[in-house]
Amino acid sequence: MSGFLLRRLGQVVPTLLIVSLLVFGLQQLMPGDPALILAGEERGDPQVLAEIRAGLLLDRPVWEQYGRWLWRLLHGDFGFSWRIQLPVADLILEKLPVTAQLAAMSFAIGVALGVPCGVLSAVWRDRPADWAINAVALFGISTPNFWLGILMILLFSVQLGWLPPSGYVPLWEDPWQSLATTIMPAFVLGTGVASVLMRHTRAAMLTALSQDYVRTARAKGVPERVVIAKHALRNALIPVVTLGTIEFGRLLAGAVLTEQIFTIPGFGKLVVDAVFNRDYPVVQGVVLATALIFVLLSLLADVLYMLINPRLRAGA
Amino acid sequence: MSAPAFDRGAALIESGESPARRALRRFLTHKLAVFGLAVVLLFVLAALFAPWIAPHDPLATSWSRIRQPPSWAHPFGTDENGRDVLSRVLWGARASLMAGIVAVGGAALIGVPIGLLAGLSGRWVDAAVSRVADAMLAIPFLILAIALAAFLGPALENAMIAIAVSISPVFVRLARGMALDARSTDWAEAARALGNPPWRVGLFHVLPNIAAPLLVQSTLAIAEAIIAEASLSFLGLGQQPPDPSWGSMLNAAQRFMDTAPWLAVFPGLAIFLVVLAFNLVGDGLRDALDPRGQEG
Repeated sequence: MSGFLLRRLGQVVPTLLIVSLLVFGLQQLMPGDPALILAGEERGDPQVLAEIRAGLLLDRPVWEQYGRWLWRLLHGDFGFSWRIQLPVADLILEKLPVTAQLAAMSFAIGVALGVPCGVLSAVWRDRPADWAINAVALFGISTPNFWLGILMILLFSVQLGWLPPSGYVPLWEDPWQSLATTIMPAFVLGTGVASVLMRHTRAAMLTALSQDYVRTARAKGVPERVVIAKHALRNALIPVVTLGTIEFGRLLAGAVLTEQIFTIPGFGKLVVDAVFNRDYPVVQGVVLATALIFVLLSLLADVLYMLINPRLRAGA
Repeated sequence: MSAPAFDRGAALIESGESPARRALRRFLTHKLAVFGLAVVLLFVLAALFAPWIAPHDPLATSWSRIRQPPSWAHPFGTDENGRDVLSRVLWGARASLMAGIVAVGGAALIGVPIGLLAGLSGRWVDAAVSRVADAMLAIPFLILAIALAAFLGPALENAMIAIAVSISPVFVRLARGMALDARSTDWAEAARALGNPPWRVGLFHVLPNIAAPLLVQSTLAIAEAIIAEASLSFLGLGQQPPDPSWGSMLNAAQRFMDTAPWLAVFPGLAIFLVVLAFNLVGDGLRDALDPRGQEG
């Protein structure tokens, strides 16, 4: 187990280093001079431009820029926002709880819908219920999240007036209002997760149901309900748990457009606002943060896979 | 990702039918996939012939018919500038399909050779390529595309480049995995033993054998790329106004949801239909090209 963990950590470090190189490289794609953007009104003043360039190390060779940038990154310094006079790390930490709440709610909806539907559709394979569930999942995968969000606002806020169309209230300020403002975006994101989880649960259940141990259990007279719940499902869930962890990572990494549509002030809104304001350090910071979250959650997925899979547990 | 068995010969001997014909026959028996293909063709025709079939000029504004609900003259209604929504949806198919197909074509052109090279040459090339692909896949697809498009500057071409680059690691992984599998087969060994350099083995011996999974992956990737283009255009990073694109139409529609809800319905429906169609075709192709038989 510890050997596996060490090997896995050994992969994480180079991956993150390359991520940092890619994110740094984004700067080089930028057309024009960042100093001109930053100088704003004073762009005609060469003195000001020179100061800004020196401050951003733009007058140094690229490799030195990267080295210093990485060094600060390793000390938790993600740079400084160009528009809001705050450190990027502070902005990211401020948005994290919002996105985390939304991700947790979406994930709960996704699991509650996706896993049981996947099991039912495998058990009722090739019957009308299976077709119906598959059709809904295919629709779920094919519907752009932001359009589903717009349609939900149209129905529940504009037509019926049941839910607020946008805004966000923190959970600790007013739990009910907080749920009311996040239930629609959570449902939009949750259905996407549910579609993916349903397809994988179905495939895993079909594999499990065709195994010898399931046939043995049936042959010795175990009730079908117990065969499905205990023998097949518990084995089928092993790959689903891994996938679920990765899906959770994707949710945390940003429900970019969904947050934008429902004006939820999380990661997604942060990166979109930064793009609009040409606040490049914030864009880079969010890309780095989401990649870091994703890499850590994949690591967690692998560890969970080890822990819940008895075969691997015994071997390690 | 498991590789298909590389013994199509067996199926050929049993049925006396070439693999391509067999795949085509199986695809055509798949009703939903054929339906998907028909919808895709319909959208392709709409995109190609938009100038002739669109009832109005997609850019012609008219202050006398602002935000009119659907009618015989304007089946999808008119938008906030009095432009005909049906015509804009038809023209918007151009940006969407072009972005989807060009971006995925570009991603495959970047990703497949790199993946084949990594899988066939092994050692440090493979290690380096795999780490870079891992790093790119660690960044969420849409966030990477948004960041790239933001730094490149807002334009449809830049959005396509951003999407192509963001999808390419998927093709790198696919091609690498298949090349690794193919490397251990007897016919690849034979090709190498005859003195073919790795690029020749990759191009003439491995690539034809991975064409089927590549086709499936590309079809599904187009669906993803079309959603990505719509997302970038929604954020103002893709097709620039006044040129029509489904994403930017939806963005504009948000401001008039209480007075003109049809503006939010039709462009989204177009995205949904074309993405659904590509997904159906992709699923159908996967079942039809799966050499293991009828399962699916």
